[in-house]
Amino acid sequence: MLLNQPHPLETRVLTRRFEYPQQDPIRIDEFLSKQGYEGFRKSLQLSPDEVIEEVKKSSLRGRGGAGFPTGLKWSFVDRKSSKPKYVVVNADEGEPGTCKDRILMEHDPHRLIEGCLICARAIGAERGWVYIRGEYRLHIDILDRAIEQAYERGFLGENIQGSGMTFHLSTHTGAGSYECGEESALLESLEGKRGNPRLKPPFPASVGAFQCPTTVNNVETFCAVPDILLNGGDWYHALGTPKNGGTRLVCLSGHINNPGVYEVPLGFNLKRLIEEIGGGVWKGRKLKAVIPGGSSSPVLTADEIDIPADYDSLAKAGSMLGSGATIVCDETTDMVKLLARVMKFYAHESCGWCIPCREGTAWLSKILARIDEGAGLTRDIDMVDQLAQSMFGRTFCALGDAAAMPAMSIVRKFRHEFEAKTGSAGVFVPAPGTQPLVVL
Amino acid sequence: MTFSPELEARFEKMIGNYPPGRQKGALIPMLLYAQDEVGRVTDELIDEVMDRLKLKRVEVEEVLGYYTMLHREKRGRHHVQVCTNVSCMLTGGEELWEHACRKLGVGNKQTTGDGDFSIEEVECIGACSWAPAVLVDYDFHFNVTPEKLDALIESLRTKQ
Amino acid sequence: MADLVTLTIDGKQTAAEKGTLVIEAARKIGIEIPAFCYYEGYSLQAACRMCLVEVEKMPKLQPGCTLPVAEGMVVQTDTPKVAEARKTTLEFLLTNHPLDCPVCDKGGECELQDMVFRYGAGESRFTEIKHHGNEKQWSPMVYYDPARCILCYRCIRVCDEGLGVGALGLTYRGVHAEITPSHGDHLECDECGMCIDICPVGALTSGSYRYKSRPWEMNHTGTICTHCSNGCKTTLSIRNGEILRANNRDQSGINGEFLCAKGRFGYDFVHSGERLQAPLVRKDGNLVEASWSEALSLVARKFAEVKQRGGKFGVIGSTRTTNEENYYLQKFARQGLGTANIDHHRSGDIASLLDALAGKLEALAPVGDLYTTKAALVIGTDLSQQHPLLAFQLRANHRHHGSSTYVVTRGPVREDDYAARSLRAGAGKQIEALEQLRGDLSKHASVVILFGDSVKGADVAKLVAFGDSLGVDVRYVCLMDYSNSRGASDMGLTPEFGPGYAAAEPRGMTLPEMLGANDLDVLWVAGANPLESLELSSTGAFVVVQDLFLTETARRADVVLPAASAYEKSGTVTNVCGEVQRLKSGARVMGVKTDLDIMGLLSKEMGLDLGIWTPEKVFEEIRRTVRGYDVQLPIVVTGGAAPTQPVNGRLPVLPAPDLIRSSEDTLFSSGSLGRYSKMLNAAMEAPGKLYKE
Repeated sequence: MLLNQPHPLETRVLTRRFEYPQQDPIRIDEFLSKQGYEGFRKSLQLSPDEVIEEVKKSSLRGRGGAGFPTGLKWSFVDRKSSKPKYVVVNADEGEPGTCKDRILMEHDPHRLIEGCLICARAIGAERGWVYIRGEYRLHIDILDRAIEQAYERGFLGENIQGSGMTFHLSTHTGAGSYECGEESALLESLEGKRGNPRLKPPFPASVGAFQCPTTVNNVETFCAVPDILLNGGDWYHALGTPKNGGTRLVCLSGHINNPGVYEVPLGFNLKRLIEEIGGGVWKGRKLKAVIPGGSSSPVLTADEIDIPADYDSLAKAGSMLGSGATIVCDETTDMVKLLARVMKFYAHESCGWCIPCREGTAWLSKILARIDEGAGLTRDIDMVDQLAQSMFGRTFCALGDAAAMPAMSIVRKFRHEFEAKTGSAGVFVPAPGTQPLVVL
Repeated sequence: MTFSPELEARFEKMIGNYPPGRQKGALIPMLLYAQDEVGRVTDELIDEVMDRLKLKRVEVEEVLGYYTMLHREKRGRHHVQVCTNVSCMLTGGEELWEHACRKLGVGNKQTTGDGDFSIEEVECIGACSWAPAVLVDYDFHFNVTPEKLDALIESLRTKQ
Repeated sequence: MADLVTLTIDGKQTAAEKGTLVIEAARKIGIEIPAFCYYEGYSLQAACRMCLVEVEKMPKLQPGCTLPVAEGMVVQTDTPKVAEARKTTLEFLLTNHPLDCPVCDKGGECELQDMVFRYGAGESRFTEIKHHGNEKQWSPMVYYDPARCILCYRCIRVCDEGLGVGALGLTYRGVHAEITPSHGDHLECDECGMCIDICPVGALTSGSYRYKSRPWEMNHTGTICTHCSNGCKTTLSIRNGEILRANNRDQSGINGEFLCAKGRFGYDFVHSGERLQAPLVRKDGNLVEASWSEALSLVARKFAEVKQRGGKFGVIGSTRTTNEENYYLQKFARQGLGTANIDHHRSGDIASLLDALAGKLEALAPVGDLYTTKAALVIGTDLSQQHPLLAFQLRANHRHHGSSTYVVTRGPVREDDYAARSLRAGAGKQIEALEQLRGDLSKHASVVILFGDSVKGADVAKLVAFGDSLGVDVRYVCLMDYSNSRGASDMGLTPEFGPGYAAAEPRGMTLPEMLGANDLDVLWVAGANPLESLELSSTGAFVVVQDLFLTETARRADVVLPAASAYEKSGTVTNVCGEVQRLKSGARVMGVKTDLDIMGLLSKEMGLDLGIWTPEKVFEEIRRTVRGYDVQLPIVVTGGAAPTQPVNGRLPVLPAPDLIRSSEDTLFSSGSLGRYSKMLNAAMEAPGKLYKE
């Protein structure tokens, strides 16, 4: 089980029940003694509209990466539809650099169940699934056991706590696909199909899982809801910055002294986050770059990070808050290699549905591998930027953008590193041991 | 084809988790759990799943080729998965991967001659703050160094 | 008209119905928005990204294939930004697409070539190693080359949505993604080959045509498929008289985009090594080759001699020869030989239907009705097997208009998948079972009733009475087997009726009566094979057979005259719905003559005056004299389907129901013709028994 030591600068809402050292997480009595399921009890006293209103007030935004306002998303669910409504938890954590959802499921699984219950109450759902990536077998077991416990104690099933409400929840195991983190691809996968994203509109709120109105949210998003109900949307909102309510988990990784998952309010300064909570760059080295929101987010250079880390401020800085993965790169980092690795990832994970993403990621990956090996031409550097631009905003889903953004930002901000690896006059000089370009 | 009683119980419950007539939802988890027990996705297994979920063969083929955790070919008794994605790469994941290849004398998605180990270079496995990370079967290993990997491999070898 | 919205595309203002897609709205005013994955009538994919256009107030380029029109929308399809997007999309596509156009089957008619020509860049920046997948054979009919595949998913959709077969899927991902056949490494399906037609590139190729020719070396002749009764247009591509392929790229027939395995691959019987190419005459007990003049004069002498001594003739006509030939045959028999013994193999009780419909106008449904009717009732037939076009139309109607289909059959059929209700009832119980559907059927404004050979005789009248009692607009299709089964009946190839169902006086023998009689002097079989299942009792009869092959009947003949197939002649045929369509000759086979020519030459040899025997002249006579066939000539001449007017009155007599029996062909069988098609046989022998029992 994973858990790093807490840091005094953290604001602990999602993680407030975590114990050091780690205890068995599936103890519902312990959970109940710490206001467990009280947020849900409160939601039972409110009308669905009031629940949604509370979530809207909190300005909670989707923690999976896109940052869409959660209350608004719930309000879109077609509650008048005669079809059943579904709650789907996106626990397909796959964005490189992200390891927060697993922490929440490992240490406080009932919090997630409670979040789902509140959402079910708000949208009128009677069934939900937690879509967990297949590698997280441990977390599937934990959640299965927690769900079983919740059934035993009458927090799931029929006539929950005598309220007349019905809600069934189960886990659903994924089998290895980054694309399934995209909500419509996740729904396809939930239905037993390939993880190809769906055409939108219709959005899941009207046509989601099994053709029924559905809301899909990230694990962390659901986990934030119980305390919002408990303490009010205004309270939650006040924790963060305007339009960016509450706290979030950041996953510090890379060249940093104290890597780990920490909980900070929205708007917590990125530089302080790295230097104070993360203990600064490792080995006494200087900072070169920070990837602030997972590998899809545009990279920030060392002098661009003195900003509040919330959705709007990072967008203003030309990047994104994404999934909370903050990857730190020290001065020795080979940015060409880094981009080549990132692009290899996207080429591997592209579902292949649309042309620009399928062909673009594969092509970029090949060019970048070549540049990295020292077999690049000067014109290849411009081509990386151009091809990324040709993908950006033109693909079927956001995966194309996710691949294009780091490419464009890294090649522009660290062009000198690319130039250093390519022949200066554009003369092709293959590095020793390089695979020939043309195989006859 | 029959599975262990535990797995049969799991499947029975699983199929009930999806709306009536939409039991196809169970396809991917069913293949994965059955694969864990059988060792790989065999033709017999495909037929069994098709039969249980009332699917066409092509529906299973579509999914088999798509999900990286599903595999038709036999793997080692232990499947060692080394992450080399960004966070792991920055902290020595690539060196670890190369070390694993050298140590076991096989390449990506290959199995050692004795059938004990197969290795795979994988994408992010969600252990970035404890990088570099290695997944052996379903067990995570964190902050892995070449030395720790050697010890891990040896311990798995002796365990059998 | 539904709500209209006004929008501007490239500065042109236009109005379009609400819900129209931008790509369609543009097409209507002559602006092409290029696309690979978009295909009218099938589900939307937005995958190829070729159709991206600029829309005012939208920051990103929008796919024209999924964007519905909106009031005041301003669309630009010709901006530098759009041109650049198209150019790079094509560049992306070509990165892994092999540039093997010089040897690719699709070269010259490839949508990717055309797109690159119009919208692509002159050069590629791609210098990496291409991803390559090896070509595979999926079935005798279908080959797949994943390297050429651009993943537009048209094939998957046409197979699933169009045919209801769903034999194709998508596997792997990223650049490795490719189409996968139904059974992992091979296909078990209808083998219709529609995936090949619909493929914009050379990824799916035809087992019978691949690597045989360049498209521009062939002449393309649109004619009517000679196999089943549905009357699909098939375009024969012919080089030096040889048919190299048949397909439906033309799409102008009543079948629209549809064509099944028989229409697409079943043409190969034409060039079968077993084709008869010289007349055969029995000498010393053996059939030996003879010249046309020798054979014809022998037949003419025999006919004249038997006619003169008042001997007994039996004449059996064909369900595949043209209307002109059938008309001429019955005229030859009745006027030239003075016999009333004429018949053919009957597979549907059209006469009883026409009789029951007396007094009703327009109660026969044309093929087009199946796509527009609110409901359809299918009785006693496996429609997808025996009438694939009709099944396709019904399915398309359901998909596009939400029509309801009701099924009453003996066993399960493919229509069950989407049918509003399916009932199981064997022959004889089916009419009874209809009562259960009364409530359902009477809800719909229009119903088309299709019935197979299990509904015949008095049951047809009961069926029409049931239809009448529904109180809605009901039309009928009497299902029959072959390409001109309906025409044979209409042209009077029965002892009961002359052309146009006029009473035949005197009434002669039926087909079983002729074969069962032991005093027949001459049996003349023009394009049929009755001895496949029946015996000829008159051992001393002089047997003349016109056929393509040495069939069981031809083997018993004294003279065999090698006939041309439907693909080698002109004329007209009438499909199952009574629509007259034109055959155009394309292929050439040495040594054969059309049945019309054979009969004409025989009549000349006998000194009869039966009129000029060119197809045009005989058709003129048919239009003049046969009731219901005064069709509009321009429709037929231009390749359209002209509906015939039903006989609008009671018929003088009705045939015995036991004469009516369908051969119940499958998708891969086609009477005696199918036996000589290598491709259809290969499909039968290929693994899987999905639709082959």
